[in-house]
Amino acid sequence: MIPISYYLILSTIIFTISIAGIFLNRKNILVLLMSLELMFLSVNFNLITLGNYLGDLTGQVFVFFVLTVVAAESAIGLALLIVLFRSKKSIDVDDLSELKG
Amino acid sequence: MNIELITFFIFSTLLIFTCIKVITSSNPVLSAINLVFSFFLSAVLWLLLGAEFLSIILILVYVGAVMVLFLFVVMMLDINIAKKTAAYIKYLPLGIAVFIAFNILIIYFFINTFENIDYNAVKNIEIISDSNTQNLGYLLFTKYIIEFEIAGLILLLGIISAIVLTYRKNPKNKYQNPTKQISASKKDRLKIITDLKE
Repeated sequence: MIPISYYLILSTIIFTISIAGIFLNRKNILVLLMSLELMFLSVNFNLITLGNYLGDLTGQVFVFFVLTVVAAESAIGLALLIVLFRSKKSIDVDDLSELKG
Repeated sequence: MNIELITFFIFSTLLIFTCIKVITSSNPVLSAINLVFSFFLSAVLWLLLGAEFLSIILILVYVGAVMVLFLFVVMMLDINIAKKTAAYIKYLPLGIAVFIAFNILIIYFFINTFENIDYNAVKNIEIISDSNTQNLGYLLFTKYIIEFEIAGLILLLGIISAIVLTYRKNPKNKYQNPTKQISASKKDRLKIITDLKE
């Protein structure tokens, strides 16, 4: 049996990598969305690990719903990205600032 | 050192490596492909945890649908491959600092907290059969049926909003306009000609 802290540390490392990715890729919204996907993956890791070690299947049910919501979220996010690209011709976050103050 | 632990170490190392590749590669296509690899590797780790249904779902739904969506968008948008700009280098120390600080905090917490817990104390799994899929399906369709329906509604919402956002009317196509059709009256269509003999 693998100790539970190994899995939790792995998911922590993935989560922090994706936070660092959000800090690094401020230019590209697409890579920002991919970092979000990695974040959801690490949260799902936590849910499945704790559900397995506590002998409770509710964690896996929760992961099922998280996957559903994430699929809808990424579809809407990519649609917004396409609309943004049509109007601005770029997906840079810095080009989004309309107000000059 | 048993085979389970060896598998865990190999696949988790590869997983961390591909995650780092996702956030550091300058080409978005390479990022998406590395994300696909990381989903595959984590599906293997989920299999180790006994979540067979979810690991298959991760490959079928995520790699098969969501990541293909990402790749479609990457190909459609025609983005220039961004160079490592000054902003990237400016934010690199901040990113590394956040990474290290979070890791130290949370790993310290985990090592101290989760060592002395009796995990067998709260076994309340409702076992229907040996199959993980069957147990999960039983739970989904009995205890969590309302949540299941709401998940379906959320997916419908996703479909509708994605279509509405990206829909573009093509002026060449011929559409029916129901409002115009209903409001048409007789005098718009018919013209009575009385002086035909002249």
